[in-house]
Amino acid sequence: MSFPWAKHYEPKHPLMQWIDSRLPLPRFVYNAIGGGYPVPRNLNYFWNFGVLAGVALVIQIVTGIVLAMHFHSSAAEAFNSVNVGIMRDVNAGWFLRFAHANGASMFFIVVYIHMFRGLYYGSYKAPREMVWLLGVVIFLLMMATAFMGYVLPWGQMSFWGAQVITGFFSAIPVVGDWIRVWLLGGYAPDDAALNRFFSLHYLLPFVIAGVIILHIWALHIPGSSNPTGVEVKGEQDTVPFHPYYTAKDGFGVGIFLIFFTALVFFYPDALGHPDNYIPANPLSTPAHIVPEWYFWPFYAILRAFTADFILPAKLWGVLAMFGSILILFFLPWLDKSPVRSANYRPVYRTLFWVLMVDVLVLGYCGGSPADPAYIIASQLASAYYFAHFLIILPIVSRLERPRPLPGSITEAVLGTTKTA
Amino acid sequence: MATEGDPSVLENPRRRDYLQFAAVAVAGVGAGVTVLPLVNSMNPSADVLAASTTEVDLSAIEPGQAIKASFRKQPLFVRHLTQAEIDQADAVPLGELRDPQSLKERTKEGKAQWLVTLGVCTHLGCVPLGAGEGEAKGDYGGYFCPCHGSHYDTAARIRKGPAPKNLEVPAYTFDTDTKITVG
Amino acid sequence: MTSLLMRSIKFLVGLGFVGVLLIALWGTISGLIREGTPQTAEQALHEHPKELHLPSNGPFGKFDLAQLQRGFKVYEKVCAQCHSLNLVSFRELAGLGYNEAEIKKIAKDWPVKQPVFDNKAGTWGERDNTPADRFPKVYYAANGTPPDLSLITKARHDGAAYVYSLMVGYTEKPDAEGAKKFPEALKSPEGLHFNKYFANLHLAMPAPLTDAQIDTVKYTDGTPTTVDQMAQDVSAFLVWTAEPTMQQRHRFGVAVLIFLIFATILGYGAYRNVWRGMKH
Repeated sequence: MSFPWAKHYEPKHPLMQWIDSRLPLPRFVYNAIGGGYPVPRNLNYFWNFGVLAGVALVIQIVTGIVLAMHFHSSAAEAFNSVNVGIMRDVNAGWFLRFAHANGASMFFIVVYIHMFRGLYYGSYKAPREMVWLLGVVIFLLMMATAFMGYVLPWGQMSFWGAQVITGFFSAIPVVGDWIRVWLLGGYAPDDAALNRFFSLHYLLPFVIAGVIILHIWALHIPGSSNPTGVEVKGEQDTVPFHPYYTAKDGFGVGIFLIFFTALVFFYPDALGHPDNYIPANPLSTPAHIVPEWYFWPFYAILRAFTADFILPAKLWGVLAMFGSILILFFLPWLDKSPVRSANYRPVYRTLFWVLMVDVLVLGYCGGSPADPAYIIASQLASAYYFAHFLIILPIVSRLERPRPLPGSITEAVLGTTKTA
Repeated sequence: MATEGDPSVLENPRRRDYLQFAAVAVAGVGAGVTVLPLVNSMNPSADVLAASTTEVDLSAIEPGQAIKASFRKQPLFVRHLTQAEIDQADAVPLGELRDPQSLKERTKEGKAQWLVTLGVCTHLGCVPLGAGEGEAKGDYGGYFCPCHGSHYDTAARIRKGPAPKNLEVPAYTFDTDTKITVG
Repeated sequence: MTSLLMRSIKFLVGLGFVGVLLIALWGTISGLIREGTPQTAEQALHEHPKELHLPSNGPFGKFDLAQLQRGFKVYEKVCAQCHSLNLVSFRELAGLGYNEAEIKKIAKDWPVKQPVFDNKAGTWGERDNTPADRFPKVYYAANGTPPDLSLITKARHDGAAYVYSLMVGYTEKPDAEGAKKFPEALKSPEGLHFNKYFANLHLAMPAPLTDAQIDTVKYTDGTPTTVDQMAQDVSAFLVWTAEPTMQQRHRFGVAVLIFLIFATILGYGAYRNVWRGMKH
């Protein structure tokens, strides 16, 4: 690709030569994740999480396809097809179901770490804006997929989650109620909604896979970023992806699977909510509706808007919740600092950790009951969230005086000074 | 310490390179074992395997008549043979048959008049005619499969056409003289 | 002019959101000052479940089949009057250690029958249960809606401990301070019964396990039949009904984890081997 010293694909086996000259797929793979992709030599373990996200997607697609063979997408049968059919009668069905449910959580954990990695090391900055934008698109698609997947078992949280989330759209002036009824295909979640959610839940992962290909394509134009944020200057700064990073990622996948296995086999319900083991009841709302943990920060932002000011509070909440994600699209232009890595930006580094704590506070509040103490914390934390991205970050990126950067990646790695 | 990034380290297996091979091999085994539950989940589930037995009441079936029942979601033929049909079946030399079996082997001791078979043609699985009132019984007076023209005789043995085997006799027992339990 | 607007739009949007949040914050705080957070009767009197030590607890828990059989007996003789177990099949009782003949007999003798629709007559009739059937639904006409118990230990926080606490909680005294503060909350409305482990404090179910049930249940394995023992056993049984494959899950988990730790150590070795001599 863009590095002149990248190794070229030279198939030795006649079969590979035959294929490669007719359909250069082997060459494509070699240049994407093989020996033909030079990668900075100094990536730390946080750079494992892109590959781990890919592994999580594959786990979700494989287990999901098999689960779909046993699932009945009708309001009358969905709960039992999961809780009797899959969990009791289907061979290894309990394993597939727990793997899929906890696989979603693992996917989000990995992607959140991947995103915070990008935030800390400034991976969203030029020339990698497109990589970041496509990543945010993937994140949005994941959220939609996870939400619809959570509806499928048709428990109490499934049903009321569908009710509440589609209720967001009724906040839109004039056409909101019509949009909500259109989304559900009825006045409340029922067969029509369940069937379309199932259909889309099956479709979207493949769309995600497509956008991931674009994400990786866009990444390969400038090449991977690295912890110093200093661009690759020459061959000594890089190693070929294979075998160096395939080996490192293999080890990372092992660690990932150990955590995943511990969840699936020993704590399969730890991240779920007991109410989803109660069949959906359209006449009785659970005492305390919460989404899955990975939506808690956004749920806290939604609930923080309790005052009507020009617009109704509900509309503010929905705007802010979607806005909190849409802001990420503008991040490359909000942070204009030429230095990427927070390692060389003392002020930004502090801000990063404050933001991290802020999001954790939002998450904790989003998973808690709507008591005044939690609402106050959510309001403060939400205010900081918006202030961080829209006010503080643009100003800091202008005024901050960064620490001196190393001359090159190799210089940073070998610890030599100035002479490289 | 080897030279930095020395490609020979990677290309000539030596020293501790068995580690890579071992790691890849173990990962391969793990992936292979992981496929097992995925494949196994497509086998019949416990509720299908437990699919209960079928009871059939024989009291209303007159000689020469047959009824269709359902056993494990497949059609089941229960036929009350007339003496003429029994004689006709017994008269066939076993050597002439594609799937040699006597009527006696295909019925219960002392109950030669009760022929219980699955209604699934052994060719490609259509339901043969002949059990319902007024249906074609084929050239041999038993069952006739309209899909590809297999003819079965009065003992439901294949006599003509593409089917390779006789209609299958499922496991069943007589609870009383007029009631059987299949399965 | 336009470029200035473009440059400052982020600040305007940010200030907008922050401003509205501060207004909302003011509303919350002033509301809090005006009204405070009065303690509710539920907060004062509702209690978390007591601890319950079952062999199935924890990541490596196992079932005690004798206890599960006793728990099934409690369910059969007491709970089954009102609560169904509709997600469980009779054949699954093999997991409790019953043999085929015993299961057939349990199914056949089960007092609630399977409904069957007569296609000729167009009416509903009923037939005996078979091992392949799921436990039939129990229809309950009186006050309250007894939930199906199949998944109850998964469908409540603290699962088995909650069931156990609820069973033995009818006779327990409420918190003295809370009782002094909310004397009204202790009086059950008509047809309801006080239990401090129930979220709303009053529930339609009367104490299901009392000394009156001891003769009905009567353990035959030598275990003394007490209310506390019956409550423990039925909780253990309901852990099993919620996930009969739990023990299998734990067993597979140990094997998978051992394999993965081995493979990952090997993977780490391979990783270090590939990178040897490469400073990074």
